[in-house]
Amino acid sequence: MTTFWIVAPLIVLASLGLLFARKAVHAALGLAVVMIGLAVLYAVQDAPFLFAVQIIVYTGAIMMLFLFVVMLVGVDSGVSLRETLSGQKVAAAVVGIGFGLLLVLGVAQLSLGPVTGLAEANQHGNVYGLAELMFGPFVLAFQFTAALLVTAVLGAMVLAHRERLTPRSSQAELAAQRLRDYAESGKHPGNPPTPGVFARHNAVDSPALLPDGSPAPGSVPDSLVDRGQVLDVTTDDVDDVHRQIGRRGEGEDEK
Amino acid sequence: MNEYLALSMILFTIGAVGVLVRRNAIIVFMCVELMLNATNLALVSFSRQHGNLDGQLAAFFVMVVAAAEVVVGLAIIVSIHRARRSVSVDDAHLLNL
Amino acid sequence: MFDYVWLLVAFPAAGAALLLTWGKESDRFGHLIATVASALSFVWGLVLFIGLLGRDGDDRSITDSLFTWFSSGAFHVEMSLVFDPLSALFVLLITGVGTLIHVYSIGYMEHDERRRRFFAFLNLFIAAMLTLVLAGDYLVLFLGWEGVGLASYLLIGFWQHKPSAAAAAKKAFVVNRVGDLGMALALMLMFAQFGTTSIQLVNDSVGSASAGVATALGLLLLLGACGKSAQVPLQSWLLDAMEGPTPVSALIHAATMVTAGVYLVVRSSGVYDASEVARTAVVVVGLVTLLVGAYIGCAKDDIKKALAGSTMSQIGYMMLAAGLGPYGYAFAIFHLITHGFFKANMFLGAGSVMHGMNDDVDMRHYGALRKAMPVTFATFGLGYLAIIGFPGFSGFFSKDKIIEAALGENLWVGLAALLGAGVTAFYMTRLMAMTFFGEKRWRDEVHPHESPRVMTIPLIVLAAASVLGGLLLLGDWITDWLEPVVGHTEHHELAVPPIVISLIVTAVVAVGVAVGWFTYGARAVDDTAPTKVSPFTRAGRADLYGDAINDVVVVRPTMALARGLEWFDRRGLDAFAVGVGSRLGELAQGLRRSQTGYVRTYALGIFIGALVLTLALMAVTF
Repeated sequence: MTTFWIVAPLIVLASLGLLFARKAVHAALGLAVVMIGLAVLYAVQDAPFLFAVQIIVYTGAIMMLFLFVVMLVGVDSGVSLRETLSGQKVAAAVVGIGFGLLLVLGVAQLSLGPVTGLAEANQHGNVYGLAELMFGPFVLAFQFTAALLVTAVLGAMVLAHRERLTPRSSQAELAAQRLRDYAESGKHPGNPPTPGVFARHNAVDSPALLPDGSPAPGSVPDSLVDRGQVLDVTTDDVDDVHRQIGRRGEGEDEK
Repeated sequence: MNEYLALSMILFTIGAVGVLVRRNAIIVFMCVELMLNATNLALVSFSRQHGNLDGQLAAFFVMVVAAAEVVVGLAIIVSIHRARRSVSVDDAHLLNL
Repeated sequence: MFDYVWLLVAFPAAGAALLLTWGKESDRFGHLIATVASALSFVWGLVLFIGLLGRDGDDRSITDSLFTWFSSGAFHVEMSLVFDPLSALFVLLITGVGTLIHVYSIGYMEHDERRRRFFAFLNLFIAAMLTLVLAGDYLVLFLGWEGVGLASYLLIGFWQHKPSAAAAAKKAFVVNRVGDLGMALALMLMFAQFGTTSIQLVNDSVGSASAGVATALGLLLLLGACGKSAQVPLQSWLLDAMEGPTPVSALIHAATMVTAGVYLVVRSSGVYDASEVARTAVVVVGLVTLLVGAYIGCAKDDIKKALAGSTMSQIGYMMLAAGLGPYGYAFAIFHLITHGFFKANMFLGAGSVMHGMNDDVDMRHYGALRKAMPVTFATFGLGYLAIIGFPGFSGFFSKDKIIEAALGENLWVGLAALLGAGVTAFYMTRLMAMTFFGEKRWRDEVHPHESPRVMTIPLIVLAAASVLGGLLLLGDWITDWLEPVVGHTEHHELAVPPIVISLIVTAVVAVGVAVGWFTYGARAVDDTAPTKVSPFTRAGRADLYGDAINDVVVVRPTMALARGLEWFDRRGLDAFAVGVGSRLGELAQGLRRSQTGYVRTYALGIFIGALVLTLALMAVTF
């Protein structure tokens, strides 16, 4: 019982994160907490097999899949929090609170009698008991789940597959296109400058410096520019470099 | 026993409200998962109440189905995102023409 | 021989069919075909009539059943023709006068480019009229009845380029429909009551039916007769019907078709014998029409309309006689025949006058035509003497008998009929004086001339018939002849001997003639109708406000009802239907807002549904 009263508030708080989290990643993390909490509750309720499956399948596989998709479509792929449907939030809140209250009050009035417990059912072990059922009376359902999983995999493949509408351009065509672009818009045909070539910091977030010491545009990935994660290459920095070079040079000159 | 059921109900309600108020398809999907998990909790609790493993087995099957559903559902979200550059469920309102 | 009665109808019917379907090349001789068809019919009718004369009195009704017209359940109609003394007389009158008018029309319609069509219609009329009088079944009679109505419509509106003619044709058709409604209802009543529409069977069995049925039947048939015979209250169409060519007025609207109502009443003598009420109604209708027609005849300056008023009046006499029952049936037919002669004669004479006067019909533009048109004047004069009842002429005998029978029935009815005779004498004298005597008032460009031979010969023949028609009464021949059909003609025992009544009638007629002569003959007649006249004259000129009464009693209420219904339809029913539609539309527009297309809205709906279901479950459980 103690476990329940410790875990249950955590679960509820984490699940509320689903409602209020601004970023999908945070919601996913909240859901992961809920999953783990539920796994604990399963364990408490004499369901060790489900405890393991919950951790492995949900927290391990499904949540990773969620996070993976969140990454894929962009961590913050511009879904604003401003409600577009007027009254939707209020209505949902009213109905939700009413529904929840109704169910909780209903359950509170329920008297189910003494708990039978699973001591008898689990006398050969929980996994053994479940296997007895799974491959006994429910074997057909089990087979169907197998078919369902295969179908789901195929469906996911079909959905995620992108049909190529135009033939892949050859290297020669790409080169010709690049020069044509240069002719029309003056876009540089060669590679963009690599970051940090003339820089102190040899990393992708530090822009290359032009001979006058200013940062070279295009030398840092656009996504880093958008996020404002480009390293600040101040003139002080350049002076700093100069100073270091000069001192050593002076020293050499002196020699 | 009742407290487990009450928790299950609360989680289910939170999931349902989440479906209603969130517009990010991924989060909506997470809310659906939350609702499924809430029912799983109830199933496991009832299993203990009645002293047999049928409830646990049902919860197991729910998990399997949920796994399949997540695979397909996320694939759909990815393909929608690819086509519309958006994962907002409100952007898919072509019924209102 | 009597198996071929149908030939009577077949000749003119074939003539009509031929002329209506033949092309332009028949324009040259079409009128001859029609005349020959009519003449053949007359000759055949004469042969049959002589054949009938050779038979015994009890054996003079021949029924030819040509074929079964239709047989549906209990309803069985034979296409049967009855050739008996009554129909024989009618056949001779129709084909005889009809043939003469065909001949006359050859001259009258000579310059009309649609003469062939005119003759086709005339033949059609003859065929329909013969069907009417030969019918052995009320339904067959109805066929002829509608046929003559159609022919009448076509011929009144023959000059359909004149709006007035087209309107008159329409009016005649519509007013006749009212009468036909009575006929149709009578037919239905017969079938409902007796299970048959055979004239013989109905008249035989009506005596055993209840008095109410007989009365209803009598009144319904009277309604039909009123429509066809232009009796009050359905009289208004006849005066307008004078828009048709004059031969049509003579044949259809004087001699034959308009007397069909009288024929119907006489033919249905069984029905009227069984109902005192219906008979009284016939007498009242006849008497009122008699006086109304005479009144109108006094006020008209249009020669044809004056004659039309006279026709109404004379048919009123016949109706009156027919309403007297066994006392009058034979005299009704007698007057019908003599009237057919002299009125056809006078109409054709009027046509002859118009022919010479460039189709001017206003008597105030005539005057002193006796020298310009001697033959027309002579024949018209003989007709005039016949209609006023100059002793020895046909009208004298026929009208005298009716007045006599009326006096025997009821003193006031008799006096009214007597008054009618005086008024008849007045207006006919007025007509004569204005047309043929006095100063010449015609316009300079008009050159009155006698009509061609083809027109005057029929006049002469008809004039002779007008004079000699009274011979039919010789030795009570006509009453004996009609006895098998209408029963024995009874006689009232009068307080005074018939010769005294004849003298009284003659005296009244003489007064009428004298008044007429001193008003119009001895004095100059205005060239234009005086406008400052007494209300009585004005009423007469307005047909005694017949149209106005129809307008107020029928047309306007009907129009008002129609407008009201239209308003109700538009503002009530339509508005309701449209209102329901537009309210539903607005409702749908409102409901449409709930269909946002957003998945989350629908999810909210589902969630609310779940909440309600849960509530219901809990309410049931706890």
